[in-house]
Amino acid sequence: MSIFNKIVTAVRGSVRELGEAVVDANGTRIYEQEITDARHALTQARQDLTMVMAKEMQAGREIERLAAEMGRFENHAVAAMDKGEDALALEVADRIVALETELAAQQQARTEFAASIARLKELIKQAEAKVREHERELVMARTTESVHRATQSISHSMGSGGSKLLSARESLERIKQRQQDLADRMTAAAELDNEIGGQALERKLEAAGIGENAGRRDAVLARIAARRAAPADAPSDA
Amino acid sequence: MTEFQSRMETAARIAEAVYGLTVEWQPIPGEVEVVQATLAGREELPIYLTHSGEQIICICYLWHDKEVLAERRVALLEALLDLNIPMPLSSFARVEGWFVVYGALSRQSRAEELAQELATLSENAVDALDAFAEYLK
Repeated sequence: MSIFNKIVTAVRGSVRELGEAVVDANGTRIYEQEITDARHALTQARQDLTMVMAKEMQAGREIERLAAEMGRFENHAVAAMDKGEDALALEVADRIVALETELAAQQQARTEFAASIARLKELIKQAEAKVREHERELVMARTTESVHRATQSISHSMGSGGSKLLSARESLERIKQRQQDLADRMTAAAELDNEIGGQALERKLEAAGIGENAGRRDAVLARIAARRAAPADAPSDA
Repeated sequence: MTEFQSRMETAARIAEAVYGLTVEWQPIPGEVEVVQATLAGREELPIYLTHSGEQIICICYLWHDKEVLAERRVALLEALLDLNIPMPLSSFARVEGWFVVYGALSRQSRAEELAQELATLSENAVDALDAFAEYLK
């Protein structure tokens, strides 16, 4: 059964079962061992693959050599017949037969190497997929294990600290109440400042004609009056 | 202080500077490293951070199974599934009878990302509680 299935099965059961099924250090170790084994198998398979590929190349070169050799002896056979050296031609023919046999054997070997290469490549692909799958499952198992341990600590802490003894509704009401309190306090502070704080004092001073703002209105009026009194000084279009 | 804890400390400072959130955190005793982060004003919804292999998991506990109104249970589960993708960066899950909202980050995440996760997760948690209160006792 895959780890994922184990988790699904386990969370349907009790927390204790979860502990036994997944949060089992031994189970994790077995998984780690499987991954290590699969990695070893992969390394071995890659070494085998390079060896077989080398052999296939060697067989290829041997086939080329044998074919060239056969061509050369066939030419010799023709030359021997042309010169009437029948005995020599016969000897050359025997040699060609031997070369033919060897060529067939090398071709057979090359075909087998090629098949091995294809098989090994497929095996490596499968093993790599297996390792990836195991690693993903191991991460899941470790996360489940770790989160389980963490939530145990949290439950314990909540139980002793009492931070979650309130119901969700009560928590919400408290948070909202606190937010409302804060908003109310800010409004109140602004009002208070307006009435008796710094701003109130500024206004009182202003009313009494003291401070920066005092007398500004009179000054503006005086300026405008002065402008009205002096229109004749303005340049004329006429 | 562990490497994770010092990253948490930096994240808390970033949360204050960038998101205006006051984050307090403390390690929780246990077999694996767990940190409890509390955001000022949302003390009822602490965020628990733990890490495992390649992930950092941040969990906020919302409500227990037994708080769910029996007759609205199926509607709640469907609503949770429907909201799972629209909810930014967090997902719903259930842990030992608790409905939770959680976010998973890469183990290599920087303190900046951790701070963003804390801010988003906390907001999602409050919103979720608000949205799903009608399904609870």
